[in-house]
Amino acid sequence: MYQYDQFDHLIIRERIAQYRDQVRRRLADELTEAEFLPLRLQNGLYMQRHAYMLRIAVPYGLLASKQMRMFAHIARKYDRGYGHFTTRQNIQFNWVELEQTPDILSDLASVEMHAIQTSGNCIRNTTSDPYAGVAADEIIDPRPYAEVLRQWSTFHPEFIALPRKFKVAINGAVEDRAAIAIHDIGLTVVRNDAGEIGFKFMAGGGMGRTPIIGSVIREFLPWQHLLTYTEAVMRVYNQYGRRDNKYKARIKILLKAIGVEEFTRQVEEEWADLKDGPETLTVEEMQRVIDYFQPPAYKTLDDSDAALQAQAADSKAFGNWMKRNVKPHKVPGYAAVVLSLKKTGVPPGDATAEQMDFMADLADRYSFGELRVTHEQNVVLADVEQSQLFALWQEAKAHGLATPNIGLLTDMICCPGGDFCSLANAKSIPIAAAIAERFDNLDYQHDIGEIELNISGCINACGHHHVGNIGVLGVDKDGSEWYQVSIGGAQGNNAAIGKIIGPSFSALQMPEVIDRLLQVYLRDRFEGESFAECVARIGVAPFKEFVYATPIAEKGGRLVGEDEYV
Amino acid sequence: MSKHLIIKGREVVEDDWQVLRLAEPVEGAPAHDPATVAVPEGKFIVPLSLWLAQRDVLAARTAAGEIAVWIASDERPETLKGLLDQFPLIAVDFPKFTDGRGYSIAYNLRTRLGWTGELRAIGDVLRDQLFSMRRVGFDAYAVRADRDPHDALKGLTDFSETYQASVDQKVPLFRRHARPAPAVANNDGAGI
Repeated sequence: MYQYDQFDHLIIRERIAQYRDQVRRRLADELTEAEFLPLRLQNGLYMQRHAYMLRIAVPYGLLASKQMRMFAHIARKYDRGYGHFTTRQNIQFNWVELEQTPDILSDLASVEMHAIQTSGNCIRNTTSDPYAGVAADEIIDPRPYAEVLRQWSTFHPEFIALPRKFKVAINGAVEDRAAIAIHDIGLTVVRNDAGEIGFKFMAGGGMGRTPIIGSVIREFLPWQHLLTYTEAVMRVYNQYGRRDNKYKARIKILLKAIGVEEFTRQVEEEWADLKDGPETLTVEEMQRVIDYFQPPAYKTLDDSDAALQAQAADSKAFGNWMKRNVKPHKVPGYAAVVLSLKKTGVPPGDATAEQMDFMADLADRYSFGELRVTHEQNVVLADVEQSQLFALWQEAKAHGLATPNIGLLTDMICCPGGDFCSLANAKSIPIAAAIAERFDNLDYQHDIGEIELNISGCINACGHHHVGNIGVLGVDKDGSEWYQVSIGGAQGNNAAIGKIIGPSFSALQMPEVIDRLLQVYLRDRFEGESFAECVARIGVAPFKEFVYATPIAEKGGRLVGEDEYV
Repeated sequence: MSKHLIIKGREVVEDDWQVLRLAEPVEGAPAHDPATVAVPEGKFIVPLSLWLAQRDVLAARTAAGEIAVWIASDERPETLKGLLDQFPLIAVDFPKFTDGRGYSIAYNLRTRLGWTGELRAIGDVLRDQLFSMRRVGFDAYAVRADRDPHDALKGLTDFSETYQASVDQKVPLFRRHARPAPAVANNDGAGI
């Protein structure tokens, strides 16, 4: 993985000094809160309901074991013993003190980490495929390009006060595992007919109040032009993105307002001046960065299918885990393993300091000392020998990290919601918990199969509810919390925005609502058809009809939610 | 004539330019109309729209070096294409420090329009934005009146190295320095 050289270290050191002084001036009242706000946000520091939250960048989700151990250290020393992995492959700590944040940054810098631009109206951490470098369907490893973008966008002087936040995702595989279509810029690394590497360049995707799938503005951009072309997009957005209404300030609204063709024309016009300029990437620079992402020293092995099948036959639990949490690897004899942070009873994406230390140990012992954070809020060990899977499973299980639910109902994406976040309209974690409890039965979950249930506590959509096969959105109605349900959303190559099924529900009704949606699926599905495929085929109507057919009561028959007023 | 302190280059200096803003009531003229607002005696930085509307009226004073223009964040610097030479300075307004359009305006003035004279940031100009302002081509900063320009000066030197090219540094880091190839994995900080 990438390692800092003296220039990276210098910039991070100077950043900490700058930020430390900003905090000092805020505490001395030399900076007003309004002046300090964008400064602390660009350092990932939010004021939440109860305390400050610090979001730390995990560039494209890739972590060394020592970095994971540093998270454990931060959780113990500065927080309450745990952290929360986010849908943008970062980690956040919910209970930090403002006065201590500069020290946290110093600790992070010792393992080549920072919190730069993890929030605020600037270019955020570039996200990518958690299986980059090992996926069997990979065309090109996207991480070197993500690293080049990280460096270019770090403190870019012209783009530090954009109309709104700006998120870039990059995918290098046949299957899109980086949700590129819902990003401000979504890149796919591709080869053209001549075998040259370039990018399919999408812009204008996003979620929030107005979910929009991004548009392709260039089918093939040769890799040398990645930075100049991105700069052209950014300059058009910085000048013409709306600034009068924060809900209409994302680039997607600009694209919609002027149209893809006109937007593309403006970008190309801007680019004409920049093309082949000094920011054009050189073969030497790209090779230098690619060299940091060379494969580890794999052994020459054969796939150990027979042995694994025997182990799976002996233990149904191991078999389930193999089926859900173990992913194919491009090198024979190896596999990628997902450590589930979705154990029932634990907020999705949360990990304790002990679990972090333990995951770091697992990485050192089983996976060349590296880990990846997924945007579904789990952790991946990407390079595990197949012959070690059983031993790894036993260890992970003992630490609550082997729930065999990856891709299943309880592998939910969920934002921190109203329990922590001051933006939220409604709580999201208790909804996730109630659903997880109701459907804890693994056999039932395996029968339901692949399904994405995404929960957001407000319209900002940190829980990606728009692209969940089932999406749940917390809304505020007259001061109480309600939940709007949509179905038919999808991420990946066939990304789609879900459709709302009807009036919203109370928290108590939500497990039953999910149950009814699943009943329709079980009733109407064809053999082998996933929930998403079933919705695509039969439409929203049968689900809607069934969910609203009879009032929803809590245990004991008392009507709850809106039904109690009927 | 009132004098105040601004930052020029990397020094705090006295300055006698005044900024004329249309939103502020000007005695003896209907407010807000750039065509009719009278520019008082003295050295004034006037709104671009006013100068365009009153070019002829202001021609003599412009020629005498008493008139400069400022560009609002929603205006285009290209409007001044071919006209720049007559001004002793150009200013760009930051209505709020969080409005980043001024950075692109400055970049365009320097790189596209070839402005080499003084480029001054006015408005909500604060210490923590000066480094970026300098990078995109500003060389003078009228720090907000309630802030000490001597303190703000420190903001110009927050960083000694930067990754990307801009106006101040035409070449990105990767073209300026031979950056090392990957070394053997280090274990700094691994003991914590």
